[in-house]
Amino acid sequence: MSETVIKVENLSKAYQIGQIGTGTVSRDLERFWLTKIRKKEDPFLKIGETNDRSIKGESDIVWSLRDINFEINQGEAVGIIGKNGAGKSTLLKLLSRVTSPTTGEIKVKGRIASLLEVGTGFHPELTGRENIYLNGAILGMRKKEITRKLDEIIDFSGVERYVDTPVKRYSSGMYVRLAFAVAAHLESEILIVDEVLAVGDAEFQKKCLGKMGDISKGQGRTVLFVSHNMAAVKSLCSKAIVLGNGLIKKADEVENAVAYYLSGDSESQNRKIFSNEFDKPDFTLHEISVNPVGQSSDEILDEYQTIEISTFLTLKNSDKNLHVTFVLNNDVGEAIFTFTHVQDNLKLHKGLNKIRCVLPEGFLNIGSYYLSFFVIENAKAPIFVEKDIISFNIQEGERPFGAWMGREPGFIKPRFDWTIE
Amino acid sequence: MDKDNQQHDWDLVIKGHTSLFDLKFRDLWHYRDLLLLFVKRDFVSFYKQTILGPLWFFIQPIFTTIVFTFVFGNLAGISTDGLPQYLFYLSGITAWNYFSDCLNKTSTVFRDNANIFGKVYFPRLIMPLSIVVSNLIRFGVQLLLLICMMIFFAIRGADFQVTYAIFLFPVLVLMMAMLGLGSGLIITAMTTKYRDLTFLVTFGVQLLMYGTTVIYPLSAAPKDYKRIIELNPMTGIIEAFRYAFLGKGEFTVSSVGYSMIFSIVILFIGIVIYNKTEKNFVDTI
Repeated sequence: MSETVIKVENLSKAYQIGQIGTGTVSRDLERFWLTKIRKKEDPFLKIGETNDRSIKGESDIVWSLRDINFEINQGEAVGIIGKNGAGKSTLLKLLSRVTSPTTGEIKVKGRIASLLEVGTGFHPELTGRENIYLNGAILGMRKKEITRKLDEIIDFSGVERYVDTPVKRYSSGMYVRLAFAVAAHLESEILIVDEVLAVGDAEFQKKCLGKMGDISKGQGRTVLFVSHNMAAVKSLCSKAIVLGNGLIKKADEVENAVAYYLSGDSESQNRKIFSNEFDKPDFTLHEISVNPVGQSSDEILDEYQTIEISTFLTLKNSDKNLHVTFVLNNDVGEAIFTFTHVQDNLKLHKGLNKIRCVLPEGFLNIGSYYLSFFVIENAKAPIFVEKDIISFNIQEGERPFGAWMGREPGFIKPRFDWTIE
Repeated sequence: MDKDNQQHDWDLVIKGHTSLFDLKFRDLWHYRDLLLLFVKRDFVSFYKQTILGPLWFFIQPIFTTIVFTFVFGNLAGISTDGLPQYLFYLSGITAWNYFSDCLNKTSTVFRDNANIFGKVYFPRLIMPLSIVVSNLIRFGVQLLLLICMMIFFAIRGADFQVTYAIFLFPVLVLMMAMLGLGSGLIITAMTTKYRDLTFLVTFGVQLLMYGTTVIYPLSAAPKDYKRIIELNPMTGIIEAFRYAFLGKGEFTVSSVGYSMIFSIVILFIGIVIYNKTEKNFVDTI
């Protein structure tokens, strides 16, 4: 039976936005008068709204976190996901005691080590070795503990040759390697990690994730991991908490939570139904959707799936020779390829056409894509063009543990016939 | 879960409001290694990539002493209680520097370390304490200079003597550290939100030196102002310091006692305010 090691109860954090300075003296005095002398509720905290940065708010107090409750058991690896501004960093800051909550409390069993940044407190003039000691001590290690692990740390970092050189002479990669190496050797029961994977090269990334996997799976320590990289979250964590606008949107097994988070992404809608926007003299376009074959368009698209593009279109008269063409664009608007059915001797017929196009399995790489839609007459003249008619995202699929979690270059991943003799 | 209602013995409870006097000394003790490493960092980074290295610790007091001797001793002709001018000024400067360095450095500790404080937790008091200890090393080096000068002047037969008050020396240093640390903590806590005070501190400390018996002996202070100068807790300390090393100065139990009480009170207030501010300063700085 695993026991609860972190218990968060009604946790809230309010921030003041806008300028701090002018006008705050009088407000501070008013606040002091009301809360401390007359024992009333703090009027400036009452005006709470959900923290949505895209909407202009009424007050300049925002709740970065509002009434958060959750528990984490020993040995669990929990991912914290959410869009920018959802409250992830605030939660981490509260957990790592950098700032304190406005209301509520966090109960912790065991030592917490948090890595909101690697290499905190590194001094450029000191050598690598001296910085290992300094950084380790900042993270809460005792000196003899560091001495005991020094060789291991240096070995892990892979910068042995430079360990007696001031870190200001290091390349940024070496700097990060050394910094992560120190952090990876902390002996705390709970480890909080914030997006450290964003740094370092592929090989080192792999090493970091591997190390974190060891920590949670091998040594039974609790890990809280904040990341935008769903592949990393999926492979490292067993559970995940989705934050949005300072509230917990979902706390569940990692699969469900990631799916929930990705489907909530309103920027891409994998199915578009048109009422009469595209009611043209020759045809009416009803619907375009992008979905995994045999599944609904609500499903998330990932890099391993077989993707199908469906178009529903009614042709009004049969005497015209029409066909449809798509151009796939990437998120900066560059065309990746064009695809059409003209060479397949398929023609649109009068009445409702259900046009399906199936891409090869695992064809598209991770990323955001836009489809432009064309209706072509006699295989040469476009009679209708709609740019970026639909957009969709291809997400990272689950990768084997220890594999690289980043995105390979390129937009398509065609499979060729390989032989090795 | 069946564990929900069970009594947990939590190791740590993080909440918004804690007692004003919860000063977390146990935490502080756990991080004692960090304090020493900060001290080492300050010391090493001070003279890295310099030619003269630690010699720079001597240069500032030497030149200040020469200038003071010239301006106040020779031009203005202010009395030095019959002591050799160099010794008189150097002793005052050495003691004053320790206090003012502690004050100046700790008074910006939140701002200087906002970056590191914003990323990782360790008892915040470690940082100002490390400043006080770093400065203690500096003070020790400068004290060596004073002792060398005393030996030099003794050989030349100058008229001064070391008195029994030298046994009070550790207490005097402690008082200066407490006073500098305490007022620095108060200032840094007050400047996280309103920066105005920072401007006051930079020249305020310089001006305060003239309100302390660094460049003149208390015996030479004008009658009307003597009381005010005595109210300055540093006066009692510097007078005692000079009496201990050079045998001249108005050293009384009451003046040292007054400074002692003053130091303790200031330090206590400083730590309490600092701990209160420390929890949320990241949001406002």
